Amino acid sequence: MPEAENVSVAFVGSGGAGALTAGNFLLEAASVAGWHGLLTRTVGPQIRGGEAAALIRLASHPVECLAERFDLLIGIDWTNANRFGAEIEVGPESLVIADPHGGDLPAVVARAGARVVEIPIKEMAKAIPEGRPNMIALGLAAGLLGLSEDILSAVIEKRLAEKGRTAIEASRVGLKAGIAAAADLDLGVRLAPPRPRTAQRWLVSGNETTGLGAVRGGVRFAAAYPITPASEILEWLAPKLPKVGGVLFQAEDELAAINMIIGASYGGTPALTATSGPGLSLMIEALGLATAAEIPVVVVDVMRAGPSTGIPTKSEQADLNIAVYGLHGDAPHLVLAPQSVADCLFTTQWAVYLAETLQAPAIVLSDQFIGQAMAVTDRPADIAFIGQRAKALPEADSYKRYAVSAGGVSPMAIPGMRGGQYTADGLTHNERGTPTSSEGDHRAQLDKRRMKLEQFTYGDHWATVEGSGELAVMTWGSLTGAAREAIERVHRNGRDVRLIAPRLLLPVQPEQFAAALHGVKRILVVEQSHGAQFHRYLRAHYDLPDDVTVLNRPGPLPIRPNEIEQAIVQWSS
Amino acid sequence: MSSIQTRLTCNPADYKSDIKPIWCPGCGDYHVLLSFTRAFAELGLAPEKTVVVSGIGCSSRIPAYTNCYGFHGVHGRSLALATGLKVTRPDLTVVVASGDGDGYSIGGNHFLHACRRNVDMTYVVMDNRVYGMTKGQPSPTTEPDFDTALSPGGTGLSPFHPLVIALAAGANFVARAFSGAPNETASILVEAIRHPGFSFVEVLSPCVTFRPDEREWKNLVHPAPVAATNDPGKAARRIMTDDGFNIGILYRGNRRPYQAKVESRTIDLAELEREFEL
Repeated sequence: MPEAENVSVAFVGSGGAGALTAGNFLLEAASVAGWHGLLTRTVGPQIRGGEAAALIRLASHPVECLAERFDLLIGIDWTNANRFGAEIEVGPESLVIADPHGGDLPAVVARAGARVVEIPIKEMAKAIPEGRPNMIALGLAAGLLGLSEDILSAVIEKRLAEKGRTAIEASRVGLKAGIAAAADLDLGVRLAPPRPRTAQRWLVSGNETTGLGAVRGGVRFAAAYPITPASEILEWLAPKLPKVGGVLFQAEDELAAINMIIGASYGGTPALTATSGPGLSLMIEALGLATAAEIPVVVVDVMRAGPSTGIPTKSEQADLNIAVYGLHGDAPHLVLAPQSVADCLFTTQWAVYLAETLQAPAIVLSDQFIGQAMAVTDRPADIAFIGQRAKALPEADSYKRYAVSAGGVSPMAIPGMRGGQYTADGLTHNERGTPTSSEGDHRAQLDKRRMKLEQFTYGDHWATVEGSGELAVMTWGSLTGAAREAIERVHRNGRDVRLIAPRLLLPVQPEQFAAALHGVKRILVVEQSHGAQFHRYLRAHYDLPDDVTVLNRPGPLPIRPNEIEQAIVQWSS
Repeated sequence: MSSIQTRLTCNPADYKSDIKPIWCPGCGDYHVLLSFTRAFAELGLAPEKTVVVSGIGCSSRIPAYTNCYGFHGVHGRSLALATGLKVTRPDLTVVVASGDGDGYSIGGNHFLHACRRNVDMTYVVMDNRVYGMTKGQPSPTTEPDFDTALSPGGTGLSPFHPLVIALAAGANFVARAFSGAPNETASILVEAIRHPGFSFVEVLSPCVTFRPDEREWKNLVHPAPVAATNDPGKAARRIMTDDGFNIGILYRGNRRPYQAKVESRTIDLAELEREFEL
């Protein structure tokens, strides 16, 4: 049987059938066995009865994106599975396991000409007291991948502990039955053995690493209004913040959430909220206030397909425009974007640090793909970025909250400091903070706010810049992994292609960008936006070479590495 | 009120800033400012431990006119901002200033939830039954026949009862004051600030520019005929049936104020990542 460095598996079932649970257990077991992996979820908006799929890629090497094609697709049932369309692509070599009573094969699967094997998953589950079809499906996948039953059994024990002995035993029997049923099947490919571990590994989601990055950066207050797909950040923080001396507070809406964090931060407590596009839209007015009053706050936007309610459960990169340009007036602020599940930690922590240091609001553009993905990743290195706000000296004489200084950052008085009393104000104000409508004060404070962001040295973290060559792939956020993989593939065929993915989107970094582009003659822009927002952003702020082509598409169908690879090859031949 | 610290020199003038208010001559809000500074002086609040938070509108200009810390935020969101401040800084005394447009219209939802949460703060709404800063449009407390450029012939809509709404939503202290009686208003504010939880004080504060008819209020107000009750149902009935000019403390509740959960055991940051380890 041929050996592959990575194998992709999808579990499909109607919402509540447990496809996601099966996927999570498989990934966890594979990670315990030493493999790397990534799981993303694609679900309908319903809590029960919609469609759900766990998309898993297991590999002997770190992975940051899904493959273009699934080697194994297990359909617990096909109810509404047609809604996935092309999200779960199979080919002639793929193995599809279908329950004969699970409904008709989705058209795209039937058309692909894959090998289809019928296994009565639901009947097998019914034969087991309290048996569940998803555990049969898990056993089938485990058997085909050669994963040890003992490891899976331990994962079941750990994850179902709260459900009790009966549930655990029933799941184990189901697992065993699935493994036995897989004995007669042939996946046609074998996963290469794992490489030895060189570092502590984590199994973690992007929303969890975002939460950890926030706390590490110093956040001790979070305001929460639930929204898909950002709620897990807030739910991770809710029990953790009180353990480190902080507070999470549920707001009545996003307007309240953003104003609560401004209030907390004004009182000296680094503060954050997490939301998605519709919530960010509601927060935009108050982000202008935070800019004008120079109050550091961090807003994480886990992007989903928009506009309006859009597709709440699925990913897109189309909030770039509102994050960069959404604020009214001239309002310099920070916009950052994490590039992987692990990078959510770094980027969020850095965002808190920058917001606190520069006394400005920061928007972090994560997305559903990395936010809700579970990844096996090496433990990210510790970083030293912990929010350090310049605070005014107590008992200061004739304190000027908004004094125009060389770096633009003026020390902030915190309530409780005697002699530091001032009124933070969204009205144009003078250096003392007194409202004014004079042209001079307005300009001086606009200059100050712009200068403090533009003069700061952000260092190499502003972007991922890798490789060399005259062709550069420019992308951002969660597509960075797919672009990197495509570039590695063409590199194996002897072509050098550069990867440039800015992590810091505002303020723009023209000098660093020019250096990164040195020698580049052609650019392939890759983004998950119908309106090519990133391409337009690049055009607005940077000098690009004449040869630019754009590979863009709206969500939720992710841009896969092979598409980027093809675009590179076609364009350069 | 453990957060209130006394100060030896307690002169109302010490709580005024050197910024000259920009209200119209005769505006009721001048007297509300006077009541603020008198109340703060009577309580002996330390200015650096007191924060006045506001939204947008004539009444919301008040923070900068005090010598306390202040926050003049966006329209309608003062309660949310003050909530984030107070739950993270329970040592501060937080007073929120608003108006009928800011507090009841654009900020109406926050009003409900601030009452429900019962975070220890005092909410002062200067009600003049009109949008003053935008030149005379009707607010949620404006009479149905008030003729304006935006509502020719009047809105035809009945005003609502903010005090009853506050009771229904769970406010722990409800009072009505009149700006033209600054000593009485100051006394009510003192009681409101002292009372634990969310205290709501509506101050009838005439807009002499767009509602010259409100000059008559001084002849209409009268002390509430009965003492404050701790029964919200009784208080609601009284407020629903009174003439709207009863001045005084109308309700004193005894709900426990919100308190952030405090973990008995704090952990090291490094422990947070344990759950991710394989």
